[in-house]
Amino acid sequence: MSSAPSSTAAPAPVIRADHLTIRFGDVTAVDDVSFHLDKGELFGFLGPNGSGKTTIIRALCGLIPLTSGNATILGMDVRQHAKDIKRHVGYMSQKFGLYEDLTVSENLNFYAAAYGLSSTVANARIKELLALTSLEPYFTRRVAQLSGGWKQRLALACAIIHSPEVVFLDEPTAGIDPVARRSLWDLFFQLAGQGVTFFVTTHYMDEAERCGRLGYIYMSRLIALGTVADLQQLPDANPPGTSRVEIEAPQVSVLLTQLRQFPGVREATIFGRAIHALVETRSIDALQAAFPQLAIRTIQASLEDIFVTLTLHIMGVPQ
Amino acid sequence: MNGIFFGLRPVCRKEFTHILRDPTTLFFALLIPVLELFLFGYAVDTNVRQIPTVIFDESHTQDSRSLIQSFAASDIFRISFYVQSEPDMYATMRSGKARVAIRIPYDYARNLQRGKTASVLVLVDGSDSSVAGIAVDASTGVALMQSLNRIPGLTAPAIEVRPSVLYNPATRSANFFIPGLIAVLLQVMIILLIALSLVRERERGTLEQLTMTPIAPLGLMVGKMIPYGVLAFGELCIILTVMDFIFQVPIHGSVIMLLLMSLPFILTVLAIGLLISTRAHTQAEAFQLAMSTILPSVFLSGYIFQISTMPAFFRGVSALIPTTYYIQIIRGIVLRGSAFSDLWVNALVLTLMGLAAILLAARAFVKQDAV
Repeated sequence: MSSAPSSTAAPAPVIRADHLTIRFGDVTAVDDVSFHLDKGELFGFLGPNGSGKTTIIRALCGLIPLTSGNATILGMDVRQHAKDIKRHVGYMSQKFGLYEDLTVSENLNFYAAAYGLSSTVANARIKELLALTSLEPYFTRRVAQLSGGWKQRLALACAIIHSPEVVFLDEPTAGIDPVARRSLWDLFFQLAGQGVTFFVTTHYMDEAERCGRLGYIYMSRLIALGTVADLQQLPDANPPGTSRVEIEAPQVSVLLTQLRQFPGVREATIFGRAIHALVETRSIDALQAAFPQLAIRTIQASLEDIFVTLTLHIMGVPQ
Repeated sequence: MNGIFFGLRPVCRKEFTHILRDPTTLFFALLIPVLELFLFGYAVDTNVRQIPTVIFDESHTQDSRSLIQSFAASDIFRISFYVQSEPDMYATMRSGKARVAIRIPYDYARNLQRGKTASVLVLVDGSDSSVAGIAVDASTGVALMQSLNRIPGLTAPAIEVRPSVLYNPATRSANFFIPGLIAVLLQVMIILLIALSLVRERERGTLEQLTMTPIAPLGLMVGKMIPYGVLAFGELCIILTVMDFIFQVPIHGSVIMLLLMSLPFILTVLAIGLLISTRAHTQAEAFQLAMSTILPSVFLSGYIFQISTMPAFFRGVSALIPTTYYIQIIRGIVLRGSAFSDLWVNALVLTLMGLAAILLAARAFVKQDAV
């Protein structure tokens, strides 16, 4: 299926990071991170601010030297082929990267020229992208006059003007409304369907759940990697002898304080009119006895539950 | 454009669009320096003329009136007040209404007639040193001429010194200061505009986006320098016109050569602006850094103080300031009508400085923003 020279039957991964480590002086920004991404994958990358997400993206684009480890994009080594990689990679961040005083058309044309596209190629590509993003009616409008959702669509169009095979999206939907967010994600899926590989960082759990696979980075280390189902099965996310329960209660905030002091309750947090708690399985009966009027039922861990549990586990919070 | 200048053309075109679309940049770039030229051009006139003078004439004679006449005729003094008492004379000085007081005693004419020395008291306000020095010199000169006129049979002075000032015959300070002022104004405008333009991109995140494109550092730098260089060149033409027609400071040398030799200076300050922008994270920081270049280029470039009288250390510093060389060029061509052969070294030094600054800026940029 693949024309690339390969010793295995499977096609070579589009992004390959092996034991990636990046240090700035004494600070380790990325610590021994490894993952592979296949063609057309939509990979979600999560983690708190400052955990190293953006650093990894910049390193994979060849902008930051690796301290140790290896990384390739489309088989090109990031150390040796940074310049070539830029022509095959698109990047979009929450800062838009658009010139507000220029028009939609001027921004598109500028980025087309910045990637060295000839004017015939550029014109055809711009036409294609305008259709994809439905930006045609705004073609001659200044960017400053567009709403956040339209700006983000334009930013995406500029980021993929050179038809990259790989697209890095750094918190692409921060601060835009849910409707615009959903339609932007529909665009991502449409492009992924055409074989574009996406690497997306986000803080939104609903976005993370849409991703085929997820990575969770904390304190510079990749502490979880896999599909949502994989993560739900992680032993660290479900410590042995514990169960995740949902407790419905008339006054959740009062109950939360009581629960947190109850022996055997490791974590508890409010979800609407219920509480999600990580409880030692043997304490469930005692809990039910203490609060006989409450309905307690076991549930599957949500992504947020998993990440909180993993984070607390790494931080060494006694559980 | 390929290779190390990749991306020059799109950056250049985009930057022109920014400039043309932003009226404040254009206003700032084209009008403010002209306004400042008017403001400072008139303010820097350090020639002392028409010093307000108070006269206390106790003699009231033909001779005393003749003396007052010759003071008034000198253009240095302007007779503003006549007083009739000593306290009034001092009061006029103390209030600052007059800077010079001349008291002619009652025996002035009598002493003259008898061939004795007739003394005249001249009081000078020392609180403004340039006025004081000129007033003392001028009053001595007036007295000397009056004395010589009284020597019978002397039709001409025995010795005559005829100072003649070359290149700035009227010794107008405007002629001396305005070319230097143009250098400083041009420098401030260019550094500020280009530094702000790059830092604005850093603040808004577009620079981060550019680092992800194949645009080369030199393509970005030079692509930004060209539009602002064109703007600076246009501005130079405007202020030279104002200098020539409004301040009546004629350009004695070749205008074309002045414009051509201004290019290395424009190049250097553009590169300094870029260098500043690599050190600044916000527009406010860039503004402060740009402003910090003003003082050295005003005080250590020869614009105000002569370099040859500076302590060795400051002479060394002034040799590192681009304005020093450009002031040599612009004063040379405007005032002395210097030729290329007199000034080419200055142009060469500026060109080398400019190229070095561009490379430094590109390197600093790669380090900071990792293009």
